Amino acid sequence: MPNIETVEVTTDLLILGGGMSACGAAVEATHWAKQQGLNVTLVDKAMMDRSGAVAMGLSAINMYLGQSEGANTPEDYVDYVKQDMMGIARDDLVYNIARHVDSSVHLFEKWGLPIWKDENGKYVHEGRWQIMINGESYKIIVAEAAKNALGMDNIYERVFITEPLLDGDRIAGAVGFNVREEKFYVFKAKAVMTCMGGCVGVFKPRSTGEGLGRSWYPPFSTGSSSYFTMKAGAEMTCQEVRFIPVRFKDAYGPVGAWFLLFKSRATNAFGGEYMVDRADELEKWGPYGKAKPIPANLRNWLGMLDEFEGKGPLFMRTEEAIAKLAEAYKDDKKAFKKKMKELESEAWEDFLDMTISQAMLWAATNTAPEEKSSEIAAAEPYFIGSHSGANGAWVSGPEDFAPDEYKWGYPNMTTVKGLFAAGDASGASAHKFSSGSLTEGRITAKSAIKFIVDNSDLPNVDDAAVEDMKKKTFKPMEIFEENKDYTTDSEINPNYILPKMYMFRLQKIMDEYVGGVSTNFSTNQAKLDRAMELLEMLKEDSDKLAARTLHELMRCWENVHRTIQAESHTRTIMAREETRWPGYYFRADFPKLDEENWKKFVNIKFHPDSGEWEIINRPVIDLL
Amino acid sequence: MPTIVLREKCDGCKGQDKTACQHACPNDLMVLDREQMKAYNRAPEYCWECLCCVKACPQQAMDVRGYADFVPLGSQLVPLRGSEDIMWTVRFRNGMVKRFKFPIRTTEEGTAEPAGGFSTDQSDLSSPDLYTEPASLGLDAIPAPKK
Repeated sequence: MPNIETVEVTTDLLILGGGMSACGAAVEATHWAKQQGLNVTLVDKAMMDRSGAVAMGLSAINMYLGQSEGANTPEDYVDYVKQDMMGIARDDLVYNIARHVDSSVHLFEKWGLPIWKDENGKYVHEGRWQIMINGESYKIIVAEAAKNALGMDNIYERVFITEPLLDGDRIAGAVGFNVREEKFYVFKAKAVMTCMGGCVGVFKPRSTGEGLGRSWYPPFSTGSSSYFTMKAGAEMTCQEVRFIPVRFKDAYGPVGAWFLLFKSRATNAFGGEYMVDRADELEKWGPYGKAKPIPANLRNWLGMLDEFEGKGPLFMRTEEAIAKLAEAYKDDKKAFKKKMKELESEAWEDFLDMTISQAMLWAATNTAPEEKSSEIAAAEPYFIGSHSGANGAWVSGPEDFAPDEYKWGYPNMTTVKGLFAAGDASGASAHKFSSGSLTEGRITAKSAIKFIVDNSDLPNVDDAAVEDMKKKTFKPMEIFEENKDYTTDSEINPNYILPKMYMFRLQKIMDEYVGGVSTNFSTNQAKLDRAMELLEMLKEDSDKLAARTLHELMRCWENVHRTIQAESHTRTIMAREETRWPGYYFRADFPKLDEENWKKFVNIKFHPDSGEWEIINRPVIDLL
Repeated sequence: MPTIVLREKCDGCKGQDKTACQHACPNDLMVLDREQMKAYNRAPEYCWECLCCVKACPQQAMDVRGYADFVPLGSQLVPLRGSEDIMWTVRFRNGMVKRFKFPIRTTEEGTAEPAGGFSTDQSDLSSPDLYTEPASLGLDAIPAPKK
């Protein structure tokens, strides 16, 4: 690729990603970097105002403790998360985020995010941990603070990161390319933060036509965090702990406000309430079945059982919930009308702020929530360390209280020296959501600056290795150029595979063998073995990915990134011989929870030099 | 086809280095056809329908048509995003129209001050305190686990 310019950037702290955790990192790092005379650089595959999972906006902040009012303690939060994750969580990491999170929410308010207040000036809660916001511009506001801290000169937008750079056992930077201009980027840094989000598109989605884009989590979160940390040789955790959201069917509108704020019931086609009718089933799932609130995956599971028995569709009883809430005003016609108007507006804002498609679907199907119920359904599996899923890098715990097993360096540093992870990129600390992810970005940035102060030498980067990576980065374009004249249609050619078909192949393997929608989320050893066989061939064929444009080159790399997420998921599901999260996936050959043998982390590590994989079991330590 | 560009209204942002929709799209989907000076969505099946482009379009030349594989035709959603609030017009398939207005921010655009006005006298790089803490937390000190 002789015509492609190489741009080299040397910095101290390199933040990869532009979403919530990256913005938190930018805000925090700037303060400490200034004191130490250090530089901070941020790289985003999109544009910071509207990048990451909060690009569209949100209608609630799901993690706020209200510590200054004595409402909750970080201990309370750890208890909630540990139960929801069926006992598998890092107390130290969850606690650390929880003790700082209110601080970030208070900053959001100062930055200009409208948070709902009651008549006494207190935040309006959706649930115990959730507060309501007018969040259409949530990301714009947060990005603004980050940009004001960093300065645009230190921000690279529309640059897609492909691979890590290493100097022995230490991270040395990252390489990538501009998705709109023929430019190859080499970032050299003393510490690197991975904040590149979770992973969508590994499993075949329910909608496979135009609706492919209507994923619950954004279609532009494509496993870059997992790929980057794994290719650097970092140990990963909870790669088996996928997340399946139950949402309004097809458009995936949020259900939180309906369940928590509007107190809606979910019923099956015959009016049965699976959460009540199937309460006995919860007994099978150990102490977690008795937890309140009932863990998300078990709630999923009870609804799925109704579906499997042919009792679907399941419905969110919106009309009943609204009628109940308005009932108190029924004797005063004017007040009743006002209340109904208010509830209607709240219901629509919930969608318009964060899942506009759902409002579109309501309008297109003449659905007024106060008049009729809407279907809910389990979506396809997602990889997200910030919600009720937990995959990500295995990171060092907080200095002041993490046990030795969880501490080997600086807070939130992975097992690779100088490589840090936050947000969806760090594992075993579920339920951090938007506010916790930003907070974890802050914690991690401070820690990374400390690392740089203690390790002030710039790692060496081998020029020949960089040249190889440049070649590798643009190889899909070369493959296309070399082979394009063989057939009359560039869409089909025996010498290459285009990224879209590659993605469909990956999705089909995962769906049919690793427990996707079409197999009712169920799998077993034989199916997993078959998945590995097919994934192996897919990986070989990834060398033949072809790109006709820079945009398509990004799609090629997104799929390379997805593939390692898929493989680590398959391998860890295989290693854990039990069923622990039945509403996320079901091991039909090990259908029961096995506390005695499997109440532990099943970690996994890819060895970049040998290409070998290693499963590492780590203890779950109860700190509180 | 998720977001669409209306031929009559799009002026290609008058040939600047990039259009507003190109600038906004988190998935790099919007492209400007420089011959026609019209923008288009190059891959509707990768569109999240976040409407970041629709909200950003200075000509109001963008619209959305729900995913054809599950959304019946005939509805319309029109956002009008100002500096303090957003106005939505929702048109149902049966012709019913609803309008909603929601606040979007309480401060002037561009003014978000990173420390939010909280005290930032932190200089201990080894402590667990973040730089606006404990002030921004509303507590005297950050908590540590009760042993």
